[in-house]
Amino acid sequence: MALPGPGGRQLPCGRKPFLMLSRLFSFQGGIHPDSHKQESRDAPIRQAPLPERLTIPLAQSAGKTARPVVAVGDKVLKGERIGAADDWISASVHASTSGRVLDIAPCPMPHPSGLAALSVVIEPDGEERWIEREPVAYEKLSPEEVFRCLQEFGIVGLGGAVFPSHVKLKAALRATEDLILNGAECEPFITCDDRLMQERAGEIVSGIGILADLLQPRRVLIAIEENKPEAIRAMRDAVQAADKGFRVAVIPTIYPTGSLKQLIRVLTGREIPARQLPTDLGVQCFNIATAFSIWRALHHGEPLIRRVVTLTGNVARPGNWETAIGTPIGELLALAEPRDDTDGIIMGGPMMGTPLPEQKAPIIKASNCLIARSPALFPPRPEMPCIRCGSCARACPQELQPYELYWWSRARQFERLADYHLQDCIECGCCAYVCPANIPLVQYFRFAKGEIRVRAREEKNAEQARERFEFRQFREAREKAEKAEKLAKAAAAQAAKLAEAREKAEKTAPDAAPASATTTTAASPEEAGKAAVAAAVARAHAEPVAQETSPAAPTQETEARVSGPEKAAPAS
Amino acid sequence: MNPVSSPYLHQSNSIARVMRQVCVALLPGIFVFIWQIGLALLVQILVASVAALVFEALALRLRGRPVRPFVTDGSALVTAWLVALTFPPLSPWWLTVTGVFLAIVIAKQVYGGLGQNPFNPAMVAFAGCIVAFPAFMSQWPSLGLSLSLAEQIEIIFGFSPRLDALSGATPLSAIKATLKMESFYASIQELLGSQNLFGMFAGRGWEWVSTAYLAGGLFLLYRRVITWHVPVAFLLTLSLLACVFWVHDPSRFASPLFHLFSGGVMLGAFFIATDPVSGCATPRGKLFFGCGVGVLAYLIRVFGVFPDGIAFAVLLMNIAAPMLDRHSQPAVFGTRGASREEKP
Repeated sequence: MALPGPGGRQLPCGRKPFLMLSRLFSFQGGIHPDSHKQESRDAPIRQAPLPERLTIPLAQSAGKTARPVVAVGDKVLKGERIGAADDWISASVHASTSGRVLDIAPCPMPHPSGLAALSVVIEPDGEERWIEREPVAYEKLSPEEVFRCLQEFGIVGLGGAVFPSHVKLKAALRATEDLILNGAECEPFITCDDRLMQERAGEIVSGIGILADLLQPRRVLIAIEENKPEAIRAMRDAVQAADKGFRVAVIPTIYPTGSLKQLIRVLTGREIPARQLPTDLGVQCFNIATAFSIWRALHHGEPLIRRVVTLTGNVARPGNWETAIGTPIGELLALAEPRDDTDGIIMGGPMMGTPLPEQKAPIIKASNCLIARSPALFPPRPEMPCIRCGSCARACPQELQPYELYWWSRARQFERLADYHLQDCIECGCCAYVCPANIPLVQYFRFAKGEIRVRAREEKNAEQARERFEFRQFREAREKAEKAEKLAKAAAAQAAKLAEAREKAEKTAPDAAPASATTTTAASPEEAGKAAVAAAVARAHAEPVAQETSPAAPTQETEARVSGPEKAAPAS
Repeated sequence: MNPVSSPYLHQSNSIARVMRQVCVALLPGIFVFIWQIGLALLVQILVASVAALVFEALALRLRGRPVRPFVTDGSALVTAWLVALTFPPLSPWWLTVTGVFLAIVIAKQVYGGLGQNPFNPAMVAFAGCIVAFPAFMSQWPSLGLSLSLAEQIEIIFGFSPRLDALSGATPLSAIKATLKMESFYASIQELLGSQNLFGMFAGRGWEWVSTAYLAGGLFLLYRRVITWHVPVAFLLTLSLLACVFWVHDPSRFASPLFHLFSGGVMLGAFFIATDPVSGCATPRGKLFFGCGVGVLAYLIRVFGVFPDGIAFAVLLMNIAAPMLDRHSQPAVFGTRGASREEKP
């Protein structure tokens, strides 16, 4: 029962005597779904034809959306920059082919919401005229300059997160012990990385060489699941030819071994602590397709304008197509001839992919696979109540208790979810895959995460509003106090003036009638006392924050005014 | 319904399949039971199954829930079979039906049906009936009783009189009588040598029924329907406790082996205490749960007034299960070691 500590679980890997890694590790949980890779694994990468229109979104990397640098009607060349990186965490976007800019407008994105985002629509001229491509002499450049180059070439992580590579490289520049190249491709159906490794191993390894030169890691590990023997062979040959001491690590086929934290655990035995990044442990990880595009960029001067996409699922001709970024998904999937009962498209794998409502949405840098779905392929299953069997907990690679998370998500007790570490859920789908009650657990977790985000934002807004309100009250009170202070001073001055006026009057009219004199003297102390009281009242009212001071102030003012002209007039 | 978001792939598994496997795992026990004790069990299983499905359907209808998916999920059948297996085989039919009513309607549907019951339904039935009808619930057929199926059916359905001669002492009750000095025999060794009530290592006949339950339980483990934690913790704790008393005074306390293969221990360890709904779900929680059941079961069956202690032990631990679960949350990936956070 007791969980063995890190390094406690060792996988037997004696079957591979030539494996240079001394040992591999395992993680808890994981599943063995039917891989469905045989459908498209043996289909060589083919060039997808250019569509009539390319819709290239400007938001194609994590971070800030690129800024458009072309105008409607402009002629663009293949590889010409159409969106400039607008921040450090941002990457440039390029025209996938030569043609004319038809429009720069919000267009539907390949996202389950089908929401629109600013895109550049290009009408290809069919000539495929390139910009001038020149290799970058990266050996002579400083790392910083190389990073800028990669940002300019629009290089982002092609594993799906599309995080700008230069940002990851810079963060890892300090100290990288292990550079990991992720060729696991653990999701069922997807074969684009498999094909890329089989066909372009040399270029991938050259790209890895650039990464290794930049980061100077202690070890370079290329992780490939053991269900890709051809890719393993090709990569081994390429690594041997390059002779740089890279290692191809054959890792067991278990989903989600290609997930960042799980992969690092398998290869190094180390666990990235919750809410920390691999760089904190001296590990950095890139997808093999990213290494390939880095090579194409720096050695051929080609920006990232195409990627390999697997077309599979309910189709007659599954395959892998090198596709121009911006190609509409519906048009691309047509190449694989979807069958009649196809009722939707999934972008990505069947475990973590997203359903696409909009067939016109384009292929973006993150699109690795399109699956035509059908009721036969993914049959609907009736949802039953949870019986707390614990299958989900045994399958969870993050070692969470999904049945508890489900319970609290369903009960909308969002504050309890933190106790059960909802934030550590990677949404891999293992729990829902094994659930005998067919509960769409990940859906519940996404919902709860969304609610928690919304609540946090609302809380923040409320906090800000409260601060604003409190500051306003403070300011009003302060102003009131200042005003009262002023009034008190004025009243005091008034009293002083009165006293002065009386003295003056006594001096100027010493022979005045005793009666009038007595009235003056009788009135004067009265007035002076009144002014003193007004000042005291004003001071007293200045203390509390409330608005009660405001009605009080005018009365004093009127009092002062009333007493003013009458008695102060002689003085002036 | 179609999944709105990923994952789209799903293992071919269902609650009905889980329940089917539990039923299959019960079959060896049922066969040996019938062979050693009598065909009456078959009648009881039939009565209990029909009653369970009828009660389940009625309750679902009353609650306004879909009837078909829940009647066909197999959970009511498992409960019915467990009720039939834990009640004396010659119980009158209405006692079995009452038990099933307690299990399905009171213990399960009233709390919200499948997955919502805080207590093990079959054990609620047993506990309720042994408190309400102690005489009937302790009429275990005496061994060597050879009745035809027709005669057994007549007794169950009340066409023949229930003779006292039909029932005899169970091995557990004989031993308890010895412990309490109410028996003719001064020590357990004497008792074991004197009667044909005892077999090779436990009660005659019953020891093989228990062995068959054990085999079924191992099948469930192999198919990963249950995990090892509860049975191992339960059986180990029970053995350990039995061992302590037995070593202390073998003339008054039975051996661990006898305890393991007597009464409902094997059935309880693999089929009842492992109920996921009313038990613990975390590995550590399951171990505590099993230990608790083991301790309570031993204490109740040896020192309590009831012939066996499994039902009350399980029910008592059901109460503790949510607390045990809450305090036994395992570490999450990436929180092991120094930075491990404690759960509330």
